[in-house]
Amino acid sequence: MDIVLKIWRQKDQDSTGKLETYTLEEVNPDMSFLEMLDTLNHNLVKQGERAIEFDHDCREGICGQCGMMIDGIAHGPLKHTTTCQLHMRSFCDGQTIQIEPFRAEAFPVIRDLKVDRSAFDRIIASGGYVSVDTGQAPEANSIPIAHHDAEAAFDAAVCIGCGACVASCKNASASLFTAAKISQMTRLPQGREEAGTRVTRMVRQMESEDFGHCTNTEACEVECPQAISVLHIARMNYEYNRAGIFFNKA
Amino acid sequence: MWFVKNMITRKNLMALTGLFLAFFLIIHLLGNLQLLLPDEVAREQYNWYSHLLAGNIVIEIIAIVLYACILLHLADAIYLTIRGRKVSGNYRLDKRARASTWYSRNMMFLGAVIFAFLVIHFKDFWYQYKFGTLPLDEKGHKDLYTLVVTAFGQLWYVIVYIIAIIALGYHMLHGVFSAHRTLGLYHPVYNRIVRTAGVVFSVAMTFGYAVIPIVIYIKQPL
Repeated sequence: MDIVLKIWRQKDQDSTGKLETYTLEEVNPDMSFLEMLDTLNHNLVKQGERAIEFDHDCREGICGQCGMMIDGIAHGPLKHTTTCQLHMRSFCDGQTIQIEPFRAEAFPVIRDLKVDRSAFDRIIASGGYVSVDTGQAPEANSIPIAHHDAEAAFDAAVCIGCGACVASCKNASASLFTAAKISQMTRLPQGREEAGTRVTRMVRQMESEDFGHCTNTEACEVECPQAISVLHIARMNYEYNRAGIFFNKA
Repeated sequence: MWFVKNMITRKNLMALTGLFLAFFLIIHLLGNLQLLLPDEVAREQYNWYSHLLAGNIVIEIIAIVLYACILLHLADAIYLTIRGRKVSGNYRLDKRARASTWYSRNMMFLGAVIFAFLVIHFKDFWYQYKFGTLPLDEKGHKDLYTLVVTAFGQLWYVIVYIIAIIALGYHMLHGVFSAHRTLGLYHPVYNRIVRTAGVVFSVAMTFGYAVIPIVIYIKQPL
């Protein structure tokens, strides 16, 4: 199949970017989207042009690196998919595909399709952990955990931190990401202890990073590769309000 | 307002004021359904009811809380909308709309329509009743009934009302359940109940408020 690509090219964070058009012929429909970009880059390098830069790592849908806006939708037209798990068979022969980086004040573009998502790391660093004494690993079964609690915590823990929630949100809110990280620990007895401090610190960090507020449009859940439930956001609000009411912010 | 920087706190304020305003709509509707009684009874009863409310200190206090809620809800909405616009990305090709309902994305617009309506609503009825010179009915009460019925005798006025009421309906269709989420109702079962109750409430309010001007318009002598 032959395709036309309109790709955002931006030299660095300070320069203004623009869309450039490329044509790619004989694309194999079984290629992943990233392999298609690799092929395009191969051609560009052969012609002596600068390759298009984009984030990628595992290419099996679990690392959360490969975020981009494909035809105006985070990770492309398929729901609950990462860009690397999207294949060219999802597009038609002769189709024009527009690719832009994730855009948000908190995600500055580094170059082309690559954005700086270190704001997520700073949210995690602010409180996304459970404090334990170091030393010998404790007996795993010394704290009983109900199966459904473990499963619920895991449902939140599957967040890969790709940033599609922020890119899909009209307010560029990181609520789904932050809430998932809070939920995964708060659902377990080990994490419950520091719930008030954690939620307060992480929410404060999220807000200082120029992410917007949550208006419950639920777009983030629809576009999330892991289909993480927006109810985690409600749980984050509950934990935050509870910490505020009972002065449990530490 | 300006000192609350935290967005979850701001959203809490938005949710609480919004829920209070939604609750007020029930009382306001029940009172105004008296307009649909048979003509002569309606006139006497409605004017008596208005007089009762206007002279009551408790109602005065609730009214002040209501005005405060409207202003806080509005100020919060403007602040959050501007901030949201500032921090969100501007895509050249944007198809993000597929993932959410149009009214959930346009709460500020719907709110602006409702606010514009409120200005008309206050100017034509509230201001006239409080500060205008209305004729008195047989019982010596200000004749608000005739003012309302005359206003709803005009087709354009009824249309303005219907548009505003539909905007209000959609605003609440998202607002009622969103407010509960903001306040932290996370259990899936309660969420389903609130979501359904929100739809029922919004539809009932839209229908209830739309019926009044339509019925008065149809009932008027030609």
